[in-house]
Amino acid sequence: MKSWKKIVGVACTAVFMTSVVAGCGGDKKKDAANSNEIVIGAAFELTGGVANYGKSTLSGVKMAVDEVNKAGGINGKKIKLVESDTKSEPSEAGNAVTKLVTKDKAVAIIGPATSGSVAAASQIVTDNKIPLMAPVATAENITVKDGKTKPFIFRACFIDPFQGQIMAEFANKTLKVKNVAILYDSSSEYSKGLTAVFTKTLEKNGGKVVASEAFLAKDVDFKASLTKIKATNPEAIYVPAYYEEVAKIIKQAREIGLTCPMLGSDGWDSPKLAEIAGPAALNGTYFCSAYSAQDQEPSVQKFIKNYKAMFNAEPDNFAIHGYDAAMIVIEAIKRAGTTDGVKVAAEMAKTKDLQVATGKVTYDDKHNPISGAVIIELKDGVQTFKEKITL
Amino acid sequence: MDMGSFLHQFVQQLINGVSLGSIYALIALGYTMIYGIIKLINFAHGDIYMLGAYFGFVATTMLGLSFLPALVFAMAAAAVAGIVIERVAYRPMRNAPRIAILITAIGVSFFLEYGMILIATPQPRTFPAVFDATVYNVAGLVINSQQIVILGSALVLMAALTYIVNHTKAGKAMRAVSFDMDAAQLMGINIDKVISMTFALGSSLAAAAGVLVSIYYNSIDPLMGMMPGMKAFVAAVLGGIGIIPGAMLGGIIMGVVEAMVSGFFSSTFRDAAAFGILILILLYKPSGLLGKNIREKV
Repeated sequence: MKSWKKIVGVACTAVFMTSVVAGCGGDKKKDAANSNEIVIGAAFELTGGVANYGKSTLSGVKMAVDEVNKAGGINGKKIKLVESDTKSEPSEAGNAVTKLVTKDKAVAIIGPATSGSVAAASQIVTDNKIPLMAPVATAENITVKDGKTKPFIFRACFIDPFQGQIMAEFANKTLKVKNVAILYDSSSEYSKGLTAVFTKTLEKNGGKVVASEAFLAKDVDFKASLTKIKATNPEAIYVPAYYEEVAKIIKQAREIGLTCPMLGSDGWDSPKLAEIAGPAALNGTYFCSAYSAQDQEPSVQKFIKNYKAMFNAEPDNFAIHGYDAAMIVIEAIKRAGTTDGVKVAAEMAKTKDLQVATGKVTYDDKHNPISGAVIIELKDGVQTFKEKITL
Repeated sequence: MDMGSFLHQFVQQLINGVSLGSIYALIALGYTMIYGIIKLINFAHGDIYMLGAYFGFVATTMLGLSFLPALVFAMAAAAVAGIVIERVAYRPMRNAPRIAILITAIGVSFFLEYGMILIATPQPRTFPAVFDATVYNVAGLVINSQQIVILGSALVLMAALTYIVNHTKAGKAMRAVSFDMDAAQLMGINIDKVISMTFALGSSLAAAAGVLVSIYYNSIDPLMGMMPGMKAFVAAVLGGIGIIPGAMLGGIIMGVVEAMVSGFFSSTFRDAAAFGILILILLYKPSGLLGKNIREKV
């Protein structure tokens, strides 16, 4: 009697277990086959120190998704954009992307904005075989590991070495300066990477780095370092960092009487820069960017017009790259004809002469688009197109 | 570097260091006063400094006040906040073990930081320029009018505090409570009132530091109190925790050491130097520079 009960019990459990397992499998299949939606995950810095970047980039992504959905979606299926906040912290970026991949079943991830956060998310998408498109992450090493291209990581912008090189060329050819001081953020890969390439290019062109000082993100007082830099009489100062600290650095540099030109990177691109530093302090400062609203290229001007119509605001560098990033992903899913991560990633790598907002995109073998850069001068706090440099 | 330019650099870094140090000193004063009275390291003190900066922001942008009224407003509002925090979070714990109240302080700190993120968003805000920064050039040395205002305000506030503690009846009560709480109570001193007043004074000094720093650096954010709070704690320990002149001395020394390390060695070692001081002082003179070595009676 007892053993009979046991057998029934085991049998019931077994039946129950199989049905659960089968149920799961069945549901998943149904999801992929019958759903009229394609889920794309957007993991961005919506709060925190660099929320400006995340929000702008996301607006560009939204605009692209909106355009494609209005035109009928991807092969008849509508795109559903699921957002997730990385709180401007790499550790949170990992969580946000994990959620998008496992819970929301995103077929591709767009974002985060900063390189550190992309690096943190890259192992997660690789393990899950889901492509990740970083719209504005410029660190060289995010798409390569040990000399090999990471199969699932892509970007829509130029890379750091290129920015550092452009700025060093600009210092040498246009400003004709030789002795340059550097003030960089030693807690940021981005800042260190730019510093290395800038130094190399400057020295190759016969220039000299007269001082190289470091600070940490969130620092507020830079007078000690700036006083030290001032004593070396630099002709220009290179500050490859993010706007929050840069604004304070420029303000304090001008206060202690450092009047030489200051050069920077695309991390400067924010209206907060002029608010915190004050417009007058920004005269004689230049930064490198992938985009200028004064660029007369038709695709750029069309993007600006549509963006203004949708958001009633001026697009920035982040927005246009967010748009490009989404377009590259969407076109790849279209060409692949499936949402299988491996196939979509393969199609993304084959992107060639695709017309997007900043121009035509072709990928090199390291998943980097081939493009140029513009130098922007800040005149009384207003961004003005200085020149376009291609190497 | 030749001697002349070395001296010039040295004096300039000294100016930078003293103006930074006077901020640390203002925050350290609150730490030290509260420790002196109820033997609590109030880890939420750095966040009161942040709160003060936000009160100053509200006063200048929404109420349209000028510098001095805004400063007074922020100090008064922070004093109220300090009293409320003591009443709600610390008073119920007064007879609890020391570790419990310390952990409560950490909890209050997180509550203030993330509560402010909830209310004001984590975005940094631009603090309005309430007065212009004139730059004075004296014999090649650069001094900013804001630095002078910071230093001046810090000195005035420290003088006022010293007067209150040493020459008023309330100050006498504070000293008595600090010396022996039970005996003070037996002499008819209302301990709750004295502790509330200590929190009010300490918090208003932190708020003053918050407003001064915001004017100087032009930006505020909800986590701005973390690092200055830690540095001020080191300053208070350096000078001898519980001793008011010690906090001032400790703050100024911290600021100058940071400026000198950045100026003559490398800015990467700046924070290491600041916290290295804490380790050294704890190893060799745990009672602090101005502290007396009191034997504990068994």
